[in-house]
Amino acid sequence: MGDELLRLDGVSVQYGHGETSVTALTGVDLTVSRGELVAVMGASGSGKSTLLTVAGGLRTPTSGEVVVEGHYLSQLSARQIATLRRRSLGFVFQDFNLIPSLTALENVSLPLELDGLPLRRAKRPALDALAVVGLADRADRYPSDLSGGQQQRIAIARAVVGGRSLVLADEPTGALDSTTGEAVLRMLRSRVDAGAGGILVTHDARHAAWADRIVFLRDGRIVDDAQPTPITALLDGVGR
Amino acid sequence: MSIRQSFLAILDQGPCYGYQLRSEFERRTGSTWPLNIGQIYSTLDRLERDGLITRDDSGDSEHIYYAITTSGRAEVGAWLTSPVARPTAAARDELAMKLAIAVTLPGVDIVRMIQTQRSATLRTLQELTRTKRAGGEAASAEDLAWQLVADSMIFQAEAEIRWLDHSETRLVEAVASGVAVPVPIDDTPVRRGRPARVATEAGE
Ligand SMILES: Nc1ncnc2c1ncn2[C@@H]1O[C@H](COP(=O)(O)OP(=O)(O)OP(=O)(O)O)[C@@H](O)[C@H]1O
Ligand SMILES: [Mg+2]
Repeated sequence: MGDELLRLDGVSVQYGHGETSVTALTGVDLTVSRGELVAVMGASGSGKSTLLTVAGGLRTPTSGEVVVEGHYLSQLSARQIATLRRRSLGFVFQDFNLIPSLTALENVSLPLELDGLPLRRAKRPALDALAVVGLADRADRYPSDLSGGQQQRIAIARAVVGGRSLVLADEPTGALDSTTGEAVLRMLRSRVDAGAGGILVTHDARHAAWADRIVFLRDGRIVDDAQPTPITALLDGVGR
Repeated sequence: MSIRQSFLAILDQGPCYGYQLRSEFERRTGSTWPLNIGQIYSTLDRLERDGLITRDDSGDSEHIYYAITTSGRAEVGAWLTSPVARPTAAARDELAMKLAIAVTLPGVDIVRMIQTQRSATLRTLQELTRTKRAGGEAASAEDLAWQLVADSMIFQAEAEIRWLDHSETRLVEAVASGVAVPVPIDDTPVRRGRPARVATEAGE
């Protein structure tokens, strides 16, 4: 499909080896097209963050294929993956991941600079992105001088700056009050409507409803809500 | 009922005739609760009977205008400054009732029932969100009024989904621990009167 931005084919992820190993994802198939926002919901520990890190090339799956903009990640070198990630992917991490020694503006400019843009030219789009999240007046502050919700908005500005084509957001509205959360979703939505693609991990059905499609993870597997899981399968997850 | 108080609050802004009152009500609530003309006149009749409004002859002769009275104004004031009484636990909610009955029946896959309901409510939630999204930022008081109504429905749908998630988890645990077994018909003679464990209406 020409419009396909991301495809996961039978992706499984196992953390560790032997007795203590944890299977975080099992045979996950997922496609995200241009102009599509997909919400991923599921209980804590169901594999949502793992899915995002694999989709963004931050972790190699134990088995299965990840295809970003037509590139099979398994066939790229680490350097090529890093370049692809920088140019095409915007990440919002569950724990923000801002760099403490850089100001808000420098944090947001960073992906553009890493891509070879001189700081003076990176500033403009970075300021624009900060304005969208309502923090243009905090551009010169350091993360430690900002509230949790403000740091989260900076992280979101950093993920969308310069029009990256795939935005992967892990609970981007977690620390926000409901109106600010909605502003963030509006922004994400407008990026996607302008031709990007996105995955939005959230616990909140109200936020997931902004997506075109909602998928559920249960114990590392995607469960199709059109075909509800029989109770016997659910019981496997209950300690007995 | 809230239509009654809404009418009074609108009439507090100035006299209106029946159809005018309907259009004022609908434009202030995003046409969320359409009214038929019968409802409007029966509401007006009752308001007039209760002395909260009177017919007003000062307007044009084509329409019958209604004007608010002093006691009508007092009622508006009381409505706007007091909380709305919400249905108590004993109020009938079809979904809660269906789940409660289903959990006592043999051969019902309640988890599937919950999942089917959740899919439906999630679709409703997506639909509401799409409608709200299409509206963009509120540009007028009327837009805002409508969006507040939309938000209310969105938050209610969300609450229902959370309750369904919660019920599903509890149910799976209950099945695992052997609590959720079908309840057969009880053949012992039933005493007259109310069973003791039924919740009573608040303020009864
Ligand atoms: N680095 C790791 N090493 C070992 N196990 C891990 C690691 N990261 C995650 N896991 C395990 O993998 C499973 C999935 O974790 P993941 O972080 O993807 O869940 P999640 O759905 O994002 O949860 P949450 O909603 O709490 O963020 C969990 O059982 C978790 O304990
Ligand atoms: Mg996570």
